[in-house]
Amino acid sequence: MKHQNEYRDPELARLQLQAIQQTVADFDQTMTLMEVCGTHTMAIYQQGIRALLPDNIRLISGPGCPVCVTPVSYVDHAVALARRPETIIATFGDMVRVPGSSSNLLHEQATGAIIRIVYSPLDAVTLAEKNPGTDVVFLGVGFETTTPTVAGAILTAARKNLENFYVLCSHKTMPGPMAALASDPDLQVDGYLCPAHVSAIIGANAYQPLVDSYQVPCVVTGFEPLDVLQGVLMLARQVVAGDARVENQYNRVVKADGNRKAQEILKQVFEPCDASWRGIGDIPGSGLRLRPNYTRFDAAHQLPIEVEPAVEHQGCLCGEILKGKVRPHDCPLFRTICTPEDPVGACMVSSEGTCAAEYKYGT
Amino acid sequence: MCLGVPMQVKTIENEMAVCEIDGVQREASLMMIDDIQVGDYVLIHAGFAIERIDDDEAQLTLQALREALDMGLAPE
Repeated sequence: MKHQNEYRDPELARLQLQAIQQTVADFDQTMTLMEVCGTHTMAIYQQGIRALLPDNIRLISGPGCPVCVTPVSYVDHAVALARRPETIIATFGDMVRVPGSSSNLLHEQATGAIIRIVYSPLDAVTLAEKNPGTDVVFLGVGFETTTPTVAGAILTAARKNLENFYVLCSHKTMPGPMAALASDPDLQVDGYLCPAHVSAIIGANAYQPLVDSYQVPCVVTGFEPLDVLQGVLMLARQVVAGDARVENQYNRVVKADGNRKAQEILKQVFEPCDASWRGIGDIPGSGLRLRPNYTRFDAAHQLPIEVEPAVEHQGCLCGEILKGKVRPHDCPLFRTICTPEDPVGACMVSSEGTCAAEYKYGT
Repeated sequence: MCLGVPMQVKTIENEMAVCEIDGVQREASLMMIDDIQVGDYVLIHAGFAIERIDDDEAQLTLQALREALDMGLAPE
């Protein structure tokens, strides 16, 4: 597997770890580095990287699991739509088990709703094409990596003149919450491992304002184990030297300006809006909604439906975990009443959630 | 959710490509990237090629990874 196996070489990993140890050997404080992206969280747990790092490097997980930061009210809205007659909900697999206030999509499926797990938003367009007379609602959740693919699906549906394809949008954008966390006085982040594939779209330069405002080092980092170790090494060198720069470890995919064509497709279909992040709260301009030209695809506008009032689950610490303030073990529900089989919070549901990763791979 | 898979382009027809990794083939849209040729490596996410993988940059990254050797950290 070219472009994968080279970055999984255990011997090079050992050398990278030695280089990291050498870099921080004389550093007499603990540095806290945040991996922002859920895919990084999973890679770090899977490879056991946290346990291999020197004691004075603390890795914390951030808010970059799109399923985890999606508010309960969104799940409730999806559940309400699933109960409509002649409706198919098409979604990525992670969403079906996320608890809403009183139900989830899997329960709805068991009681007769039609839920289809798709690999691509284009599959949802095909579903709409093959099921005229049925409304197909795609659950639009995700960051800049995924949003252009949803925009691409909407443009495809427009080209095919489909009148039964809709998206329930809860798309979010990335640098916003990093700035929110950087300005949180209760949280000291000394450096960010910036998301790999969000950055493929938005570009490494997108983090420059964050560096300028908060003097926090940012390293765009790939998802393979050697990528992560090199990203940590680059951050550690900046922190030790007192630098704050944007660096790009993942040059083979991420360009300084990102993927312009994907950005254009995204901008053609979506425009910025305020968004509510589970755990962090409302962040102005950190969401994306459909532009007026595309409201005919907006499930929230076109398929009005009553949604139950949102109820957050008592005792669940997902919100604090998403800010990196507490670890899963600090939550009284973790491993007791909150498990992957019967999850209470989204961080346990999503395969990229911190609690799910800790449950599966933690010690 | 942001996982991407590096795959090689096998055939291209209009805006769609058949891409392969480890013998597994998938169709992917090329809507987001220009000038892709058969044989190129692309990063596939949710049925779309979201970026080309730059082989020269990949070699430079691997070189940087090996720089630890130059720091006197050769295997014991």
